[in-house]
Parts: sequence; structure tokens; C-alpha cells
Amino acid sequence: MTALDDVQVKDGVDQETVDAVKSLSGTYKHGWNTEIEMEFAPKGLTEEIVRLISEKNDEPEWMLEWRLDAYRRWVKLEEPTWAMVDYPEIDFQDQYYYARPKSMAEKPKSLDEVDPKLLETYNKLGIPLKEQAILAGVEPAPEDRKVAVDAVFDSVSVGTTFKAELAKAGVIFCSISEAIKDHPELVKKYLGSVIPASDNYYATLNAAVFSDGSFVYIPKGVRCPMELSTYFRINAENTGQFERTLIIADEGAYVSYLEGCTAPQRDTAQLHAACVELVLLDDAEIKYSTVQNWFPGDEEGKGGIYNFVTKRADCRGARSKVMWTQVETGSAVTWKYPSCILRGDDSQGEFYSIAIANNYQQADTGTKMVHLGKNTKSRIVSKGISAGKAQNTYRGLVSMHPKAKNSRNYTQCDSLLIGDTCGAHTVPYIEVKNNSSRVEHEATTSKVDDDQLFYCRSRGMDEEEAVALVVNGFCKEVLQALPMEFAMEAQQLVAISLEGSVG
Amino acid sequence: MMAADPKTQATEARIAALTLPEGNGWLAKARQDALGRLQATGLPSRRDEYWRYTKPAKLVQPEPALSVPAAGEDPFAGVDAHVITIEDGVITLPGAIEGLEIATLANAATADIHWARDLYGALEAAGSGPVARPMAMLNTAFATDGLLIHVTGAVDRPVHLRTTGASDPILHHVVKVERGATLTLLESGNIGARSNIATEVELADGAGFHHLRVQGPEPALHVNTHIFARLGAEATFRSFTLAAHGELTRNEAVIELTGDDATATIGGAAFGAGNFHHDDTVFITHDAVNCESRQVFKKVLRDGATGVFQGKILVKEGAQKTDGYQISQSLLLDEDAQFLAKPELEIYADDVACSHGSTTGAIDETALFYLRSRGVPKRRAVDMLVLSFLAEAVEEIADEDLREHVTELLADWLARG
Repeated sequence: MTALDDVQVKDGVDQETVDAVKSLSGTYKHGWNTEIEMEFAPKGLTEEIVRLISEKNDEPEWMLEWRLDAYRRWVKLEEPTWAMVDYPEIDFQDQYYYARPKSMAEKPKSLDEVDPKLLETYNKLGIPLKEQAILAGVEPAPEDRKVAVDAVFDSVSVGTTFKAELAKAGVIFCSISEAIKDHPELVKKYLGSVIPASDNYYATLNAAVFSDGSFVYIPKGVRCPMELSTYFRINAENTGQFERTLIIADEGAYVSYLEGCTAPQRDTAQLHAACVELVLLDDAEIKYSTVQNWFPGDEEGKGGIYNFVTKRADCRGARSKVMWTQVETGSAVTWKYPSCILRGDDSQGEFYSIAIANNYQQADTGTKMVHLGKNTKSRIVSKGISAGKAQNTYRGLVSMHPKAKNSRNYTQCDSLLIGDTCGAHTVPYIEVKNNSSRVEHEATTSKVDDDQLFYCRSRGMDEEEAVALVVNGFCKEVLQALPMEFAMEAQQLVAISLEGSVG
Repeated sequence: MMAADPKTQATEARIAALTLPEGNGWLAKARQDALGRLQATGLPSRRDEYWRYTKPAKLVQPEPALSVPAAGEDPFAGVDAHVITIEDGVITLPGAIEGLEIATLANAATADIHWARDLYGALEAAGSGPVARPMAMLNTAFATDGLLIHVTGAVDRPVHLRTTGASDPILHHVVKVERGATLTLLESGNIGARSNIATEVELADGAGFHHLRVQGPEPALHVNTHIFARLGAEATFRSFTLAAHGELTRNEAVIELTGDDATATIGGAAFGAGNFHHDDTVFITHDAVNCESRQVFKKVLRDGATGVFQGKILVKEGAQKTDGYQISQSLLLDEDAQFLAKPELEIYADDVACSHGSTTGAIDETALFYLRSRGVPKRRAVDMLVLSFLAEAVEEIADEDLREHVTELLADWLARG
């Protein structure tokens, strides 16, 4: 990433922001496609397909039973309609539920054996599957900063880096398909314990057909020696990606986990329905950061990913702490509410979110903070930005149960509208059932401040740069909550996502 | 034929217990239309999103669940006003008042009161989108009576509508305020053990309507009200409700700003204990440029009482320069009280300033300690803090005399417990 030579940086203007705006072309950067021979399961969803997925993953009987149970439930469920999103009916029979590169038929024993085409794909995405590099985007890398990556390509995990080094610390980091085989006791104990297979339409679908995903176990008292990350890439056409992530932080453990996602530019919409379960025992802490950059559809609203995701953290232990940070710039439709069940006394949940919707994108996203334990705390900071013809909704729940004495919540939801053909909406639910808790909710909706824009323009910035700068300022509180690599990427994404929204 | 679902059954049972008033002409047609809409929608049930925090069963069931309350005292005693009484369904109108024409719904069945023809049920029907309001549909169809108030000029004093009685009344009032005219309407009374009251208010350009309502302080009431208002350019709408006790109250306000530079303010102060359940549901639509709306609701809840606030600001495309403000706050005086809120914004215009806030918590211990340390007994200190908390909402009453009157009333009620 370099600044274009002809850009003169004016006083008071952040060089990085100018770089971000100038160096990127404005169209979706990750819209290319990897030409690779794929193997598909037949189109459509039947019990046979569920059996096939289980078989491909070489799963034990109990896992298959769990999937079949979910499938039988799912066929009886109806798709939810309460979100403020509008999309053509999804034909669940016109999708592939399993697609893997042919070269992955035999699981590579090490990264050296992985198909070079796949390695090249991740290189191009800035996620080198090598054990010396960290996420691209920040140079130079500090010597001691390492990020372990689990790379998921369509339905399969193609490789996980730093496994050996992590194992030394007792950390298990692998694909969930491996975990089912190698650590069945952990998977059996925790899978579906946060998001039951019966939770909701998409979670039930996911339980039936999830093909891969990441598994993390941090043992008692261990601070994970490096950041962990999963990179999801949807490549094949008409293929849904259904991954499942399970992270268990045992007593006193700590981990920071990053998640990124992209997909090629295609004319038809594609489905992504993931589940992420976090389990936190006493004194554990998980930071979960997402930069969601699925293909958002083109300027006419053609194509894009339908992103229906269930993410939930269960703070089972006392004094456990979870922090969700998300930057949602991609997807044609987003339906996503990373939540915290604050069950343990003194546990804490935080949710920081930036959701940007441009062109015809629709985002309905937010969080649930369910306070069950005493002295629990939660904080919600949500920044929604709408431009073009997009609709952006914050939907959230703060629930203080009668037994959650002395608990606190603070919520701030701000929305920014750029242009007069988009929409910004706020739908919070606040349920307070005891009086020693305190709940505060604030929300504002406004447009990009004219004075700030004028100031930037008078300094010689063009309108798009000025808007990007003001919007980055608007998002600052959330960007600061991200790990450094992601903060950089997110800042750029904010600028790119808004290109074409002014003038 | 398949057995009807529970919702249809409940709706049919309620309808069967009522009689569609006889008549013909526009009123009969408006009633038939509303009945059709009601049958298509069905009466509310707990599963409806808009009733998630208030169980509608007692408002919906064919017979009222409570026995008749005492008439209660007149909260506006001492306020100089033209008084209209509705006692057990019998309307008594005052003599001629300058700037005002008053008729009843019963008159409309025989005389063609043309201005009301275009309004009766029309604002209610418009207010049923995007959220259906079946209790108001029921009201339009089966209203036993109501007032038709036409304001054509400046009215010298407030009009006080005092409704008392022993029945299960369904009343439907229509108010039309002509260009430049203004009316202050006071409302009070224990309107039967259960009541369903709908008021439609049309404000022409530059018109003003000030509404002040007192509900309570008798404990055993089931109240369901709707106010539908449509504002022309530069019109002013103000509504404030003081509520105390009452077992179940659901007050809905549906306000549409259709002319530029209009202003709507709606507020409420409520307190109660025990099985008190108080629900304010507000929907304000901005459909014109440079309008302002304010929602200010405060509740004090004790001993298992429940407060509900559902407030929405919808800013339509093109409604630029909108200033929308909404605040809902609750003070929970003990562990069992609860507050459930859903403050919503839905915005399709960019040059707007909209905000909402909602807070819930216990009484400020520091303030309480301060008062106690000054020798104020605890009970009295709590009352003082409650009064000052609710007074911030009472501030929304524009008329100084009425504001003072309500503050005194509130202090008196609190002192009586």
C-alpha cells in the first residue's frame, strides 16, 4: 500500500487516511476468482446431503445424529421475516452445500503439501499461509507479533499455521472437522451448548450442514501466545458456506481471535450462514474481531452474499470477559447479532460495531446483552453508516434479569446518513427487571456535518476524501477497539465502501 | 371448515358481545369499513410484536374483568373551563361557546355533519399503517357515542371533558381545528371499569391543539386509549398525560406531521405500585420539511409495577430538516419493579437531527442521603426526589397555570401514597 505520488498531504490531514482513499481503486478489491478444480456434492438439501457432508468429514456417528436431528427440525421451520431486510426468496434447493478443491480430497499433512493455487489465493488476499508473516497491511511487522491462521476455502479448511508452536503452550487450534476426530470429548461437551441446534432458522441449517470451521481450546491459565485468525473465502459459484467456529477459553485463559472474509464478484447472490460459539469459564477473556468484507453486490444491487450469522458468547464463569468487535462493510444482506450471555457473576460483555451499507446493501445487525449474573457489565457502541440506496438497521437487546443485581449497561448507537435515498434505523429492546441495575441508552441520527466537511474541503481535500475522513472520525471509538492490523484494514474499508456515495 | 385460530376466535367472541349501532349514511359506512379491517386483522394477542410487553387479554376479552370503580374526584376542580360531561353514556353539552361547534356521534347518525364525515375513522385507518391498531378499529366500528368538536376560532377557556360511569364504554371523539384556531382540551374521569377511547384530531395549517389528560388515581381500571393526529403546516399539537395507579393502561398516540414547520410534543408522567401496568406507545411520522417532534415520558414504579414505553420516530424520504427527540426514563423504587422499552428510529432522510435516550435505574442514593442528612424523613425525601424526577416531564405542559395545577396535583397524590 503506497500513497500515490501526486497526493499532497495538507496540514492536519492524516496521511494514512489519504493513502487509504487514494491507493484503492474503489471497486471491490477481492472480487476475483480462483480457477481451481472443485468437487461438489449434488445441488440441494436432503438428508442424503447431510449424511454425505458427515461422511466426507469422516465423522463419528454421534455427530451425524446431531446433524440429522438439526436437519429434521429445520425442514419444519420458517425463515424469519422480522429483520428490516428485503430480498428475493432463497431457493435452498438451488445451492451447493459442499464444495472442496479436488486437491483437498486427501488432507495435506502440512502446509507444504497444500495446492499452490490455494496458497496463491491467500497470498493474493494478503493472508500468506506461512509461519513467519502476520496479516498483510502493516509493515514492518514487529518481531514478536505472530498471527496463526486457519484458512477456510468454500467448504473445507485448507490449512492451519503455527499449530506446533501453539501446541507447546497447550493451545489447540485446528479446523473443527479435525477437532471432531481428535478432541471429541471437548467438541461433544461444548458444541451446541451456546447456540443449540434449535436456536433459529439459520443456526439450525448450519447445525445440519456445516462443513468446516475453526476450533480453539485455550487451557487453564494460558494466555494464547499469538493472535489466532480464520480467513473465510467463498470461491465456487452457487455455493453456500456454512462454517462453525467453537472457541473455549478455560479458567483464566486469554485469546484474541480475528476473522476475515471475502468472496468473488458474481451476478447471483450466495448464501453464508455461520455459527460462532464462545465459551468462557472463570476469569477467561476472549476478544473476537471481525472484518466482514463479503462481496456486497454491484452498484445495481446484483449479486452479493446473504450473510445470516449467529454468534454468541456464553460467559459461564465468574469475572469472564468477552469483547466483540465487528466492521461490517460487505454482504448484500447482513443479519447478524453477536451476543453475550452474562451468566457468571461480575462477567462483562462488550460490543463495538461499524456497519456500512452503500448502494443496495441491507444490514440488520446489533447485539444482545443478557445479564443473568450479579454485578455484570455490558457496553455497546454501534456506528451505522448508510449511503446510496442502502438500509442500515441497528437491532439490539439489553435484558437485566431479576437476579442480575447491581448490573450496568451503557449503549450508544449512532447513525450517519450520506445522501437522501438511504435509510438508517434503530430498534433497541430494553428490558430491566430489577432496580439495582442501571441501563442507559442513547442514539442519534444525523448527516455528515457540513462544518467538518467545509473545513476539510477548505484544506484542499476533494469531497470523497473529506467524507472518508469525517466518517473515520465518526467510527473512531470502534476502530480503536480493533487489534492494530485490523484497525488499518478497517479504516481503508470504511473509505472504499463509501466510494461513489458522494456527488 | 377448519377450526378458526385463537386470534380469530377471540376477535369473533368480542364482536359477538357487541352490537353495531344502527343507522345509515357515512357513519354506518365508516363503521362497516372498520369492522372489515378488524376482522381482517384480528384483535391483538400476546404474540403480536406491538404487544410484546403488554398482555392485551383483559382489554380484548368480551366482558370487563373488573367491577365498577368509584366516580373519583375531579382533578381539574378549580380550573376555569367549559365542562362537558359523559355520565353513564349520557352526554351533557354546555351552552353555546364562541369559536366552537359541538355535536355528538348520536347526532351524526341523523344529521349530516359534513366536516366529520371526512375524518371519522379516516385518521384511525391511516394510523393503522404500518402498524395495525385493531383496538382502534374495534372502537371505530362499535363506538357507542362520542363528541364531534369543530373549532373555528379562538376559544376563551379550556374545554373539560369529564367522563364517568359504570359501563364498559367505547367512545370515539373527533376534533377538527380550523386554520389559526386553538383549543385546549382537558380530559378526566374514571371511565368505567374498562374503557376504549379513540380521539381523532385534524389540525389545519397554523391550528393549535393542547391536550391535557389525567388518568387515576383510582387503582382498578383497565384503560385503552388512542389519539390520532394529523398536522398541517405550522400547526402545533401538544398532549400530556398524568397517570397514577390503574391496573392496566395502554395509551397510544399516532401523530403525522404532514405540513411544513409543524410541531408535535407528547409527554407523560406516570407512577404506580403493585399490579400497576402502564404502557405508552407512540408513533410519530415526519412527512414534511422542517418539523419538530418531542416525546418525553417518565415513570416511577414500585412494588412489582411495570412500565412500558414503545416510541417510534419515522422520518419519510424528503422530510428534511426534521428535529426529532425522544426520551424515556424510569425510576425503579424497589427490586420487583420493571421497565421495558423499545425506542425506535426509522429514518429515510439525511438532513435530520434525531435522537433518543432511555435510562432506567434506582433512586439516586447520594441525593437521598443528602436530604436525610438535612433531617428530611426517608418517605418524604423519596417523594421529593420522585416529584422532581416527574416534574421534568410536567415541564412539557406549555400553559403555565395548567402546569402548576398538575404539579400540585402530583404532589398531593404522592403525599397520599
